[in-house]
Amino acid sequence: MKGGLGMLRRVGAMTVDGIWRLGFAMRFFAAVLMYSGQSLRRLHLTVREIYFSGVLSLLIIIVSGLFVGLVLGLQGYETLQRYGSSEALGVLVALSLTRELGPVVAGLLFASRAGSAVTAEIGLMKATEQLKAMDMMAVNPIARVVAPRFWGGVISMPLLAALFSAMGVFGGWLIGVVVIGVDDGAFWSQMQAAVDFRYDVMNGVIKSVVFGIAVSLIAVFEGYDCSPTAEGVSRAITRTVVTSALAILALDFVLTSFMFRGQ
Amino acid sequence: MMSRATLDLWVGFFVALGCAALIFLAMKVGNFSGLNSVPTYVVEAPFDNIGGLKVRAPVKSAGVVVGRVAGIRFDAQRYRAVVRLELERQYPFPRDTIATILTSGLLGEQYVGLEAGGDVEMLSNGETVAMTQSAVVLEKLISQFMFNRAAETPAPASK
Repeated sequence: MKGGLGMLRRVGAMTVDGIWRLGFAMRFFAAVLMYSGQSLRRLHLTVREIYFSGVLSLLIIIVSGLFVGLVLGLQGYETLQRYGSSEALGVLVALSLTRELGPVVAGLLFASRAGSAVTAEIGLMKATEQLKAMDMMAVNPIARVVAPRFWGGVISMPLLAALFSAMGVFGGWLIGVVVIGVDDGAFWSQMQAAVDFRYDVMNGVIKSVVFGIAVSLIAVFEGYDCSPTAEGVSRAITRTVVTSALAILALDFVLTSFMFRGQ
Repeated sequence: MMSRATLDLWVGFFVALGCAALIFLAMKVGNFSGLNSVPTYVVEAPFDNIGGLKVRAPVKSAGVVVGRVAGIRFDAQRYRAVVRLELERQYPFPRDTIATILTSGLLGEQYVGLEAGGDVEMLSNGETVAMTQSAVVLEKLISQFMFNRAAETPAPASK
């Protein structure tokens, strides 16, 4: 009886805590947007963050994109040649990359490569009381530290996703045309006939922008909100990666159901 | 710490690379219809049955894409499907053009084929293509074929 009551109490506390954190996150988001003007005026802060979250993620994005494309090429060919339509390989690779895999996989990689780093940095700043020190010096930590990291992520993410898709298409071409020997002209022409710029490519870009906002917000929020201890920082980093991954997959479902209704 | 110039160089490189990837996706991977600067005119074509025709399907004449299907709606008064065709202005068609729903290949996508007539007056924006030919529905075709065969072959004589 007592154990059951305790569990009920814990569930209630977790629910209230979750809702409280959601509200706090939204208030934090509003604050970040409010101070964005200030931080964007000092553009070099944001440029520096684009370097850390974008340029340093280039390698993992390019290599993963290439390999995803290579695997798509192999697997797609395997299935398509059974129906005698191996020329449609380009369509398969390009559509799956621009619509889904590009934004989603790039988002997951971005969350674990750049999001975790941002959380660690802000969390450690909080643990070593640098944020408080800034406040004492009348420097707003949200404008000086949080907003540039947020915008750095938001700007980097669509570019990385586009790069991922492009590398994937290149990988699919490499396997399909160069290694297996699918006709080069049919590969590109069928792809171009099937992939619509506005419908497929732009919807993928919109997805990657949304994922960029979500991942960056989660990363800066978890860092800002962490308990200022070594353990707290490490837990915040874990939460960033897990929450970002869940948010990306859930948002992807919602966006896909809005964008691609099959008409 | 890296100097600001090097940092800017790297970020510039990164942004350029990302934009190049986006342009690659637009130009090489997709058919760049985003900034559709080609002037078009819209005509409507009522069909008895459009089969599996989809919005944005190509409109072809003599095999060349001359436009796209802009919209499909159902005319509840006459129980017909009305297809809106967005044709490029550089290709005028006579008023007695025949619109047909065709299939590319055996299982390919469906498109609208236009066959120009001999009228001297051209279709203008908002007009209707009077003569249309519906999509071939495979089931109907097969049943027609089977009935014809049944009619042709005499019933087996009972022994």
